[in-house]
Amino acid sequence: MATQNTKTLARLMMAPSVIVLLVWMAVPLAMTLYYSFQNYNLLTPQNVSFAGFFNYQYFYTDPAFFQSIWNTMLLVLGVLGITVIGGVAIALLLDQPIFGQGIVRILVISPFFVMPPVAALIWKNMIMHPGYGVLADLARFFGVQPIDWFAQYPLFAVIIIVAWQWLPFATLILLTALQSLDSEQREAAEMDGANFFNRFIYLTLPHLSRAITVVILIQTIFLLGIYAEILVTTNGGPGYASTNLTFLIYRTARLGYDVGGGAAGGIIAVVLANIVAFFLMRAVGKNLDK
Amino acid sequence: MGSITLSKVSKTFGEAKVIPSIDLEINDGEFVVFVGPSGCGKSTLLRLIAGLEDVTGGQIKIDGRDVTDAAPAERGLAMVFQSYALYPHMSVRKNIAFPLKMAKMEQSAIDKKVADAAHILNLTDYLERRPGQLSGGQRQRVAIGRAIVREPSAFLFDEPLSNLDAALRGTMRLEISDLHNQLKTTMVYVTHDQIEAMTMADKIVVLNRGNIEQVGSPLELYKSPRNLFVAGFIGSPKMNLLEGDYAKAKNGKTVGVRPEHIGLSKDSGLWKGRVSVAEHLGADTFLHLDVDGIGPITARAGGEFGASYGDTVYLTPDETKLHRFDDKGLAIRA
Amino acid sequence: MARKVTTGAKIGWTILAWVVALLIFFPILYALITSLKTEQEAIAGFSLIPSGTLENYITVQTQRDYFKPFMNSVILSVGSTILALIIAIPGAWAMAFAPGKRTKDILMWMLSTKMMPAVAVLLPIFILFRNFGLLDSRIGLTIMLTLINLPIVVWMLYTYFREIPGEILEAARMDGANLWKEIVYVLTPMAVPGIASTLLLNIILAWNEAFWTIQLTTTNAAPLTAFIASFSSPQGLFWAKLSAASTMAIAPILILGWFSQKQLVRGLTFGAVK
Repeated sequence: MATQNTKTLARLMMAPSVIVLLVWMAVPLAMTLYYSFQNYNLLTPQNVSFAGFFNYQYFYTDPAFFQSIWNTMLLVLGVLGITVIGGVAIALLLDQPIFGQGIVRILVISPFFVMPPVAALIWKNMIMHPGYGVLADLARFFGVQPIDWFAQYPLFAVIIIVAWQWLPFATLILLTALQSLDSEQREAAEMDGANFFNRFIYLTLPHLSRAITVVILIQTIFLLGIYAEILVTTNGGPGYASTNLTFLIYRTARLGYDVGGGAAGGIIAVVLANIVAFFLMRAVGKNLDK
Repeated sequence: MGSITLSKVSKTFGEAKVIPSIDLEINDGEFVVFVGPSGCGKSTLLRLIAGLEDVTGGQIKIDGRDVTDAAPAERGLAMVFQSYALYPHMSVRKNIAFPLKMAKMEQSAIDKKVADAAHILNLTDYLERRPGQLSGGQRQRVAIGRAIVREPSAFLFDEPLSNLDAALRGTMRLEISDLHNQLKTTMVYVTHDQIEAMTMADKIVVLNRGNIEQVGSPLELYKSPRNLFVAGFIGSPKMNLLEGDYAKAKNGKTVGVRPEHIGLSKDSGLWKGRVSVAEHLGADTFLHLDVDGIGPITARAGGEFGASYGDTVYLTPDETKLHRFDDKGLAIRA
Repeated sequence: MARKVTTGAKIGWTILAWVVALLIFFPILYALITSLKTEQEAIAGFSLIPSGTLENYITVQTQRDYFKPFMNSVILSVGSTILALIIAIPGAWAMAFAPGKRTKDILMWMLSTKMMPAVAVLLPIFILFRNFGLLDSRIGLTIMLTLINLPIVVWMLYTYFREIPGEILEAARMDGANLWKEIVYVLTPMAVPGIASTLLLNIILAWNEAFWTIQLTTTNAAPLTAFIASFSSPQGLFWAKLSAASTMAIAPILILGWFSQKQLVRGLTFGAVK
């Protein structure tokens, strides 16, 4: 394989993807870094000046900043919690002998293919709407006051919607992992007298740990950038109650036309994402090395 | 034609010197087997000859032509891989025809050659099947078919039988030997199995840690191993290697005696031992014994030699067939 | 494998599984049902039986020109995926068959680019797009979607290519195939299933991408994501029509998705779970 010729050729073939990604990483990031030190508002583009750390200071002292970080954490952890626990439970359920397994699988994975704006609008209007939603109908049926989800529990409502979208992903991966569990191992454990609970703790869960790690990694990548679901449902509100970091930066940059402030927020987001990525990659890198 | 000459060939992977320096002459029409334990460099040596790896130093010549820097396809060699490496998306016919197609041969000539090869290898009925629909032995034959249609100057085999079960391995061994007798083309064959080496080779090259330990015909290696490594590697069951007083008495550091060169008796002999395991194979019986003052010894007895666990047996080594080695492990030739 | 299962237990598990599955699927089902209702029925309280009108679908097309964003979605998702494949196939091939000391690091680095928050580069991209006249253009958005999915495409292809045994390529080389023939006759046919799965999955991902598609388009190049998001303001008035538009927006990809279940797991976990 490894003749000198092949090596040179290999480098050449790798070049396009590496260079494209490198440029895509470096150029916009460098621009963001540059803008973050400028006073630059798209409404007054002629008045551009050096700002020092003002933009950072502005972002840092904005009370919405800490709330948005807190909201981002709640959103990511909440969705991860629901999807991993729910995913394991549903995967275990689907692994049982059932009639119509193929159709059940299709039903369960479907939400994953629903585009975020559609998912958010269906939940907002048809499920969680305080007047006409199915949950309101259900509440009235039981004689309870319907909940106005997006006014009373906006972040929780967003978490529910996002978790609904990602639950299928977790389920499908965990189910696949579950089905790769050697049936002889399970039979051996049964012979050794382990009951269902013990088999789950000592056999199934360790077997699933790799898949769970993968689920957490990949979902985190996507969950940190949740945007459309918030835009369509709460628009970040009421106040900043359901604004995550992505949405706050979007607000500053696009709605406030504040290039400098948005860029400073962007750099902060990159730093935070890198901290998360560092720990995740270390954990996952270890787990993925076979 | 198909003579291969290696001069001072060496190969390094990063820091690891896999092959320090090897000189070897392979004559036209010879069946040469590279044998040695895993990691001894035998497969690497084959891949260097094939051109799948670059040599670090030295020179490779085929029929007198320097091919050290030639691409694999330019060397006129054909290779049969351990995993057979058949193209899964092509029928057997297309697999065998592939090298001819690459050589831009005419379709009618290709058809004829494929038909001939299929006839020789008993594959005629399977030509339209995909590799996935064949048994292990049939896949092996397709891989060989793909090699022979090119009429290469030499065949290279990289442990071709290691994925087959024991019975099939025996059959394929015969088929490959038979093929060599028909084609009379040079064959270079890599294996870790000394039985394959002994049964098939004209010339065996014993490799250990990238060095050639000995080159010779199977019987030469059997009769006069050059050192302890070859003595222990060639022959089954293994030669008994004895140290201590008995070796000293024979003027060597180590003395070797093959299990088949030990006389057995129930009444008298030079050594007295107790049977720890008796393996009855039918034609032969292999006895593993604890011998007083000597240690564990393996001996071959006739199939009818009745002995079981705990029996006392007397042993007498055939002193004309002893192998003596000095303290460097080299054979002492009397 | 022959596990003893009583029919009773099987029926019990079946009921439980179907209840859970239907609950999860319910929002989609209810959108489909609502799309077949009149607007009055849609807000008249819970009902699973629609009058079966197709009027909403017709209205969505005639009044909002549904076909245009639909075609934009098709062009953007397919175009960006094919572009990404063209860039990624040689790279993935090289990393799978001629791995070097740094291959693993390069792959990890590529994955890490996915972790860069999109919003951090929103402004530069927006300004670059504006300056180059790429805002609300299909070309601009195709490039964007290519870039954000490229790491995943490289990874997926890499995991598929890695499963093609290296010995087969060596055999082709011994058989006299040059690099070009090796690619045409041996590698491509063996890699086609993997490339097809990658294609399918990335069309799904690109179809559903809802940050850049909303940020960088207004009308001309707006795909279905942006089209549907523009429905968020009119409260409650057009639920049946919204449901019809939603159903049409998700139906094609839902069906693609059902066919790609198995590849989805492999692909999105980068081969870590099979």
